[in-house]
Amino acid sequence: MSEKKLAIIATKGTLDWGYPPFILASTAAALGYDVEIFFTFYGLQLLKKKMDVKVSPLGNPGMPMPMAMDKWFPVLGTAIPGMESMMTMMMKNKMKSKGVASLEDLRELCIEAEVRIVACQMTVDLFDMNPADFIDGVEFGGAATFFEFAGDSDITLFI
Amino acid sequence: MADFDSELDASGLNCPLPILRAKKALAGLSAGQVLHIIATDPGSVKDFEAFAKQTGNELMESKEEGGKFSFLIKKA
Repeated sequence: MSEKKLAIIATKGTLDWGYPPFILASTAAALGYDVEIFFTFYGLQLLKKKMDVKVSPLGNPGMPMPMAMDKWFPVLGTAIPGMESMMTMMMKNKMKSKGVASLEDLRELCIEAEVRIVACQMTVDLFDMNPADFIDGVEFGGAATFFEFAGDSDITLFI
Repeated sequence: MADFDSELDASGLNCPLPILRAKKALAGLSAGQVLHIIATDPGSVKDFEAFAKQTGNELMESKEEGGKFSFLIKKA
Protein backbone atom coordinates (compact mmCIF):
# COMPACT_ATOMS: atom_id res chain seq x y z
CA MET A 1 0.00 0.00 0.00
CA SER A 2 1.56 3.30 -1.05
CA GLU A 3 1.73 5.65 1.89
CA LYS A 4 -0.55 8.65 1.93
CA LYS A 5 0.60 11.90 3.47
CA LEU A 6 -1.17 14.32 5.79
CA ALA A 7 0.23 17.78 6.55
CA ILE A 8 -1.29 19.88 9.32
CA ILE A 9 -0.59 23.44 10.42
CA ALA A 10 -1.52 23.92 14.09
CA THR A 11 -1.94 27.58 15.01
CA LYS A 12 -4.03 27.59 18.17
CA GLY A 13 -2.97 27.24 21.78
CA THR A 14 -6.18 26.47 23.64
CA LEU A 15 -7.40 23.25 25.22
CA ASP A 16 -10.29 22.83 22.78
CA TRP A 17 -8.35 23.74 19.63
CA GLY A 18 -5.46 21.53 20.64
CA TYR A 19 -7.56 18.43 20.03
CA PRO A 20 -8.11 18.48 16.25
CA PRO A 21 -4.43 18.36 15.24
CA PHE A 22 -3.54 15.58 17.67
CA ILE A 23 -6.70 13.51 17.05
CA LEU A 24 -6.37 13.72 13.27
CA ALA A 25 -2.62 13.14 13.27
CA SER A 26 -2.74 10.09 15.54
CA THR A 27 -5.68 8.56 13.68
CA ALA A 28 -4.13 9.17 10.28
CA ALA A 29 -0.93 7.54 11.50
CA ALA A 30 -2.96 4.53 12.64
CA LEU A 31 -4.47 4.34 9.16
CA GLY A 32 -1.02 4.23 7.63
CA TYR A 33 -0.52 7.88 6.73
CA ASP A 34 2.84 9.59 6.93
CA VAL A 35 2.03 12.66 9.06
CA GLU A 36 3.66 15.99 9.81
CA ILE A 37 2.34 18.78 12.02
CA PHE A 38 3.82 22.25 11.68
CA PHE A 39 3.24 24.22 14.90
CA THR A 40 3.23 27.97 14.55
CA PHE A 41 2.24 30.97 16.64
CA TYR A 42 -0.01 29.92 19.58
CA GLY A 43 0.09 26.32 18.40
CA LEU A 44 3.57 26.13 19.89
CA GLN A 45 1.98 26.03 23.36
CA LEU A 46 0.98 22.46 22.49
CA LEU A 47 4.64 21.45 22.36
CA LYS A 48 5.60 22.59 25.86
CA LYS A 49 6.70 19.77 28.16
CA LYS A 50 4.40 21.21 30.77
CA MET A 51 1.39 21.91 28.62
CA ASP A 52 -0.69 24.61 30.28
CA VAL A 53 -3.50 25.33 27.86
CA LYS A 54 -6.96 26.55 28.78
CA VAL A 55 -10.40 26.86 27.27
CA SER A 56 -12.00 30.29 27.40
CA PRO A 57 -15.72 31.08 27.47
CA LEU A 58 -14.80 34.69 26.61
CA GLY A 59 -15.82 35.53 23.07
CA ASN A 60 -16.91 31.95 22.56
CA PRO A 61 -20.73 32.03 22.30
CA GLY A 62 -20.86 28.47 20.95
CA MET A 63 -19.42 27.01 24.13
CA PRO A 64 -21.98 25.05 26.14
CA MET A 65 -21.89 26.33 29.71
CA PRO A 66 -22.45 23.88 32.54
CA MET A 67 -25.23 24.41 35.12
CA ALA A 68 -27.01 26.96 32.90
CA MET A 69 -24.26 29.43 33.73
CA ASP A 70 -24.94 31.31 30.53
CA LYS A 71 -28.28 32.35 32.03
CA TRP A 72 -26.64 33.69 35.17
CA PHE A 73 -23.69 35.44 33.61
CA PRO A 74 -24.02 38.05 30.89
CA VAL A 75 -21.33 37.96 28.20
CA LEU A 76 -19.14 40.25 30.29
CA GLY A 77 -19.36 37.78 33.16
CA THR A 78 -17.18 35.40 31.21
CA ALA A 79 -14.36 37.92 31.68
CA ILE A 80 -14.45 37.58 35.48
CA PRO A 81 -11.03 36.60 36.86
CA GLY A 82 -10.86 32.89 37.56
CA MET A 83 -13.60 32.07 35.06
CA GLU A 84 -11.12 30.67 32.55
CA SER A 85 -9.43 28.40 35.07
CA MET A 86 -12.78 27.20 36.36
CA MET A 87 -14.11 26.44 32.87
CA THR A 88 -10.86 24.67 32.01
CA MET A 89 -11.12 22.50 35.09
CA MET A 90 -14.75 21.68 34.35
CA MET A 91 -13.96 20.87 30.73
CA LYS A 92 -11.10 18.56 31.73
CA ASN A 93 -13.32 16.74 34.24
CA LYS A 94 -16.05 16.37 31.64
CA MET A 95 -13.62 14.98 29.09
CA LYS A 96 -12.23 12.52 31.60
CA SER A 97 -15.70 11.29 32.52
CA LYS A 98 -16.53 10.75 28.84
CA GLY A 99 -13.38 8.77 28.12
CA VAL A 100 -11.81 11.47 25.97
CA ALA A 101 -8.02 11.27 26.05
CA SER A 102 -6.02 14.14 27.52
CA LEU A 103 -4.04 16.31 25.11
CA GLU A 104 -0.83 15.03 26.66
CA ASP A 105 -1.87 11.41 25.98
CA LEU A 106 -2.84 12.16 22.39
CA ARG A 107 0.43 13.98 21.85
CA GLU A 108 2.30 10.99 23.23
CA LEU A 109 0.37 8.68 20.89
CA CYS A 110 1.35 10.89 17.95
CA ILE A 111 4.99 10.68 18.94
CA GLU A 112 4.78 6.90 19.35
CA ALA A 113 3.25 6.71 15.87
CA GLU A 114 6.20 8.69 14.51
CA VAL A 115 4.25 11.79 13.58
CA ARG A 116 6.85 14.36 12.55
CA ILE A 117 6.66 17.49 14.68
CA VAL A 118 8.03 20.77 13.37
CA ALA A 119 8.13 24.00 15.37
CA CYS A 120 8.11 27.31 13.54
CA GLN A 121 11.55 28.82 14.16
CA MET A 122 10.34 32.35 13.45
CA THR A 123 7.62 32.16 16.16
CA VAL A 124 10.08 30.66 18.65
CA ASP A 125 12.34 33.68 18.07
CA LEU A 126 9.46 36.16 18.00
CA PHE A 127 8.09 35.12 21.40
CA ASP A 128 11.54 34.43 22.90
CA MET A 129 10.53 30.85 23.59
CA ASN A 130 13.09 28.46 25.01
CA PRO A 131 13.49 25.30 22.86
CA ALA A 132 14.42 23.46 26.07
CA ASP A 133 10.81 23.90 27.22
CA PHE A 134 9.59 21.79 24.31
CA ILE A 135 9.16 18.03 24.29
CA ASP A 136 11.95 15.93 22.79
CA GLY A 137 11.99 15.15 19.11
CA VAL A 138 10.79 18.53 17.88
CA GLU A 139 12.40 19.76 14.66
CA PHE A 140 12.71 23.46 13.92
CA GLY A 141 12.02 24.93 10.53
CA GLY A 142 10.25 27.54 8.47
CA ALA A 143 7.65 27.77 5.75
CA ALA A 144 9.92 26.11 3.21
CA THR A 145 10.32 23.12 5.57
CA PHE A 146 6.53 22.81 5.69
CA PHE A 147 6.21 22.85 1.91
CA GLU A 148 8.91 20.25 1.52
CA PHE A 149 6.48 17.79 3.13
CA ALA A 150 3.13 19.41 2.28
CA GLY A 151 4.06 19.85 -1.38
CA ASP A 152 3.36 16.23 -2.15
CA SER A 153 0.90 15.42 0.63
CA ASP A 154 -2.62 14.15 -0.07
CA ILE A 155 -4.34 16.23 2.60
CA THR A 156 -3.33 19.58 4.08
CA LEU A 157 -5.19 21.14 6.98
CA PHE A 158 -4.87 24.54 8.61
CA ILE A 159 -6.14 24.40 12.16
CA MET B 1 -18.94 -16.13 18.34
CA ALA B 2 -15.99 -16.90 16.12
CA ASP B 3 -12.60 -17.66 17.59
CA PHE B 4 -10.12 -14.91 18.20
CA ASP B 5 -6.45 -14.75 19.16
CA SER B 6 -6.41 -11.60 21.21
CA GLU B 7 -8.88 -9.33 22.95
CA LEU B 8 -9.01 -5.59 23.49
CA ASP B 9 -11.45 -3.96 25.88
CA ALA B 10 -11.88 -0.34 24.80
CA SER B 11 -15.01 0.20 26.93
CA GLY B 12 -15.44 3.74 28.18
CA LEU B 13 -12.91 5.13 25.71
CA ASN B 14 -13.89 7.77 23.21
CA CYS B 15 -12.73 8.67 19.70
CA PRO B 16 -10.01 8.16 18.56
CA LEU B 17 -8.73 5.90 21.35
CA PRO B 18 -10.52 2.63 20.37
CA ILE B 19 -8.97 2.85 16.88
CA LEU B 20 -5.53 3.74 18.21
CA ARG B 21 -5.58 0.91 20.74
CA ALA B 22 -6.79 -1.53 18.08
CA LYS B 23 -4.00 -0.48 15.75
CA LYS B 24 -1.49 -1.12 18.52
CA ALA B 25 -3.01 -4.49 19.39
CA LEU B 26 -3.00 -5.56 15.74
CA ALA B 27 0.67 -4.68 15.49
CA GLY B 28 1.35 -7.42 18.01
CA LEU B 29 -0.46 -10.08 15.96
CA SER B 30 0.69 -11.95 12.89
CA ALA B 31 -1.15 -12.04 9.57
CA GLY B 32 -4.36 -14.05 9.71
CA GLN B 33 -4.80 -13.70 13.47
CA VAL B 34 -8.01 -12.21 14.78
CA LEU B 35 -8.51 -9.40 17.29
CA HIS B 36 -11.71 -9.10 19.28
CA ILE B 37 -12.55 -5.54 20.31
CA ILE B 38 -15.19 -4.40 22.77
CA ALA B 39 -16.18 -0.73 22.75
CA THR B 40 -18.92 1.51 24.10
CA ASP B 41 -18.37 4.47 21.78
CA PRO B 42 -21.25 4.41 19.23
CA GLY B 43 -18.96 6.21 16.76
CA SER B 44 -16.67 3.20 16.74
CA VAL B 45 -19.11 1.23 14.53
CA LYS B 46 -18.50 3.45 11.50
CA ASP B 47 -14.91 4.07 12.50
CA PHE B 48 -13.92 0.41 12.54
CA GLU B 49 -15.54 -0.05 9.10
CA ALA B 50 -13.46 2.87 7.83
CA PHE B 51 -10.36 1.59 9.61
CA ALA B 52 -10.68 -1.85 8.01
CA LYS B 53 -11.29 -0.39 4.56
CA GLN B 54 -8.25 1.84 4.73
CA THR B 55 -5.78 -0.52 6.39
CA GLY B 56 -6.74 -3.66 4.49
CA ASN B 57 -7.46 -5.59 7.70
CA GLU B 58 -10.73 -7.49 7.40
CA LEU B 59 -13.69 -6.54 9.61
CA MET B 60 -15.17 -10.03 10.02
CA GLU B 61 -17.92 -9.09 12.41
CA SER B 62 -19.52 -6.00 13.89
CA LYS B 63 -22.38 -6.27 16.33
CA GLU B 64 -24.07 -4.69 19.29
CA GLU B 65 -25.02 -6.59 22.39
CA GLY B 66 -26.44 -4.90 25.46
CA GLY B 67 -25.14 -1.42 24.71
CA LYS B 68 -21.66 -2.72 23.92
CA PHE B 69 -20.16 -2.96 20.48
CA SER B 70 -18.11 -5.93 19.48
CA PHE B 71 -15.79 -6.27 16.50
CA LEU B 72 -13.67 -9.01 15.01
CA ILE B 73 -10.78 -7.83 12.86
CA LYS B 74 -8.47 -10.18 10.99
CA LYS B 75 -4.99 -8.87 10.46
CA ALA B 76 -3.99 -8.65 6.80
